[in-house]
Amino acid sequence: MQSGNEGTELLKTTGLTKVFGEVKACNGIDLSIAPGEIHALLGENGAGKSTLVKMMFGVLDPSEGEILWKGQPVRIGSPGEARRLGIGMVFQHFSLFEALTAAENIALVLEEKTPIHKIAETARQLSVDYGLPLDPNAMVGDLSVGERQRIEIIRCLLQKPDLIILDEPTSVLTPQEANKMFETLERLKAEGKSILYISHRLDEVKRLCDTATVLRHGKVVRHCVPRDETPSSLANMMVGSDVETVKREGAAPEFGKPLIEIRNLQRPPATPFSIPLRGIDLTVRAGEIIGIAGVAGNGQGEFFEAISGEAVQKSPDVITLNGEKCGTRGISGRRLLGVGFVPEERLGHGAVPSLPLSENMLLSRHQTDRKTMLGAFGYIRNAAVKAASQRVISEMDVRKTAEDPEASALSGGNLQKYLIGRELDRQPSVMIVDQPTWGVDAGAAARIRKALIALARSGSAVLVISQDLDELFEISDSIAVMHDGRLSEPVPIAEATYEKIGLLMGGAEPGHMAFEGVKEEAGA
Amino acid sequence: MRIELVKRPQQSALFSAVSPLLALALTVIAGFIIFSFLGKPPLEALYIYFIEPLSETWQLHELAIKAAPLIMIAVGLSVCYASNNWNIGAEGQFIIGGITGSLIPILMPDFQNALTLPLMLLFGFIGGAAMGAIPALLKTKFNTNEILTSLMLVYVAQLFLDWLARGVFRDPNGNNFPGSIRFPSAARLPEIMPSQGGAHLGIVLAIIAAVIVWVMMKYLLRGFEVKVLGGSPRAGRFAGFSSTRMVFFAFILSGGLAGLAGISEVSGAIGQLRETISPGYGFAAIIVAFLGRLNPLGAIAAGFVLALTYLGGEGAQMSLGISDKVARVFQGLLLFFVLGCDTLIHYRVRLVFGDPVKVSG
Repeated sequence: MQSGNEGTELLKTTGLTKVFGEVKACNGIDLSIAPGEIHALLGENGAGKSTLVKMMFGVLDPSEGEILWKGQPVRIGSPGEARRLGIGMVFQHFSLFEALTAAENIALVLEEKTPIHKIAETARQLSVDYGLPLDPNAMVGDLSVGERQRIEIIRCLLQKPDLIILDEPTSVLTPQEANKMFETLERLKAEGKSILYISHRLDEVKRLCDTATVLRHGKVVRHCVPRDETPSSLANMMVGSDVETVKREGAAPEFGKPLIEIRNLQRPPATPFSIPLRGIDLTVRAGEIIGIAGVAGNGQGEFFEAISGEAVQKSPDVITLNGEKCGTRGISGRRLLGVGFVPEERLGHGAVPSLPLSENMLLSRHQTDRKTMLGAFGYIRNAAVKAASQRVISEMDVRKTAEDPEASALSGGNLQKYLIGRELDRQPSVMIVDQPTWGVDAGAAARIRKALIALARSGSAVLVISQDLDELFEISDSIAVMHDGRLSEPVPIAEATYEKIGLLMGGAEPGHMAFEGVKEEAGA
Repeated sequence: MRIELVKRPQQSALFSAVSPLLALALTVIAGFIIFSFLGKPPLEALYIYFIEPLSETWQLHELAIKAAPLIMIAVGLSVCYASNNWNIGAEGQFIIGGITGSLIPILMPDFQNALTLPLMLLFGFIGGAAMGAIPALLKTKFNTNEILTSLMLVYVAQLFLDWLARGVFRDPNGNNFPGSIRFPSAARLPEIMPSQGGAHLGIVLAIIAAVIVWVMMKYLLRGFEVKVLGGSPRAGRFAGFSSTRMVFFAFILSGGLAGLAGISEVSGAIGQLRETISPGYGFAAIIVAFLGRLNPLGAIAAGFVLALTYLGGEGAQMSLGISDKVARVFQGLLLFFVLGCDTLIHYRVRLVFGDPVKVSG
């Protein structure tokens, strides 16, 4: 494989356009990546980042425009062809089989017939070289998210790419794990490889990337050098207007009586790959926001299901919401106590993708608003449901293209605003939210955080589960950390630092610093 | 070379709407080719198949008789399928409904009054529902695949009926032919217009069932629950709906309606319990449900179309000497084309040429 010629771009796109129906997801994108640079691709959700990258990786065919690879125009028909050219990609959502080993997962993408033990050996060697320790024989299901990402990266490196595309790589990592990954990226850069780095985290981009391309509504807004910008100027380019930063009031407010009380919550694992909950205790008082930090897959999803009543407990005493012991009640019974829930997955959990927004309104409110929304025999009063839907849309500034579009037709940020608004509209006295702003653009995220703070100030108890530490530091009164199905004591925000929370996220108990040792022992 | 299906980002609303008609047209074209190969005049054969059965009033009555069970079963199945439960055993539930409904006239031949018929219909519904509840129970308790269990129970029902009709329920005065006593008139579903033809109240019951279920699906919370749990089980759980209860609801409703169709057929069209009471209505109704786009009102139109293939098959057998199995071929083709059209509306076909890429290095 020849190396890229000095001075010419490794990859260049001119007028790259992708049309879906009548929508131009990408509209005349010009972009060039030089050899040995880390190039950031920035943009709100729905700005066209994924579409652009998919065209580069051969997943989508461009409608117009061309891609030049090392100066030659190329047509990339499939990911296989992209890999053959020397383009590798690490996806945001891992494409790994949990029941196979790391080496087997790597073998699946290699289209040559190489014996598995050879692959394992090469993978081990690469992982040592790049400081990404990995046991090739470990079962993927047993590995942490950070370790899974290493498999993806090594799988990509094995094919000796000249360009590596990383889609939101740090969204699932602890700060410490992320730092390690940055070191690896710097090394790759030093070897002359180019990296296309997609991220929402602006300070990260500023620190790591040499150049950046900012997209908005499918068009290039600007090419810039992130080091010369501030995170807020970058954010403004992405959003197109000044983003409000949410400010907390200085003094800690007085909290009222406890509205969420969890006592020794245990839950056995529901599937071989889910995390058991091991004796969780937590109290959230009126007016208080408690954030739950943690690396993805440490039991947050299981915890949400247990507290929402999607999975009920054996004894009513385990969970007390709004003064009522309700461990054995289902989710509708808990909602009737004045509790609102917003799950992590928007489509397929918080909303049915194929149903219009107004019917999704009914999804969480058919019992709480029974009197207004339903008539005899469960007759659905469409007018009342639509009115509530309209109220939420204008209250939360949900932008949509049709009168009552299907949930799947909304962008992530707008749907999330709707789902949060759907609960706020009831004025819940307890609100439990999992990943309130995951994959949501900066404008919508600010709006959602503001709404959550306002709800707490009005006297409700708010519990926020999030992997976004910045967000938790911004809105929480205390932060507790979930690791391996256990929940730490909440750390008051005045005493919390990134380092302290980061160590807890890595599994260190308060008081000792065994972080590195804990993370490195990967399977047998 | 390999063939890939690539999901279309947007589906054409026009083609979604005309898909059933497109499937019908393709079935007719395929029929044309089949008849040509069989050495029969294709145009004449198609005429006998699809036009002639509609040319006289008594034939329209026959059409209604065939359509009634198809519609009734398909209405239940469309709810069941919309909730993502796959009841393939309507044929068995139909048979059991026919048996349980017949218990009254066979075991109590002297019980003849205004209650006889309503009780028979009720028993038919309960029998079919109970039969449908078996795969539901197996699915919820043991996580078995309901497609397999419901299908296998069909054979159980068929053999059970065969045993009854030849054995314990055989008419003592029937010259040893299989089949129960002929039902007294109080146990017969009345004909709608006896002067014109034989269509009985079954078709009216089927249409009433279709309208009721349509209202439920469109306007009631229960219909919403079906849609939610069918579209996204996790969102259904979030809504507080129980998927276990939905499995039972779907199977009991579809089984019950199949059972009701069964007793309607026995007490309306046949008049006694025979060793076979269905020419595969329970299976053909699966096609009806899909051809009607899982909409209960759509099932009415689709039911008449499928009924036509039964009548056409009989006609073709008589005038052209073609096996009546050709009717089954048409039904199969129709389902194939409906599902094929739907698939191509959601996906496009991509041909990929060339060998797998070699990794260099």
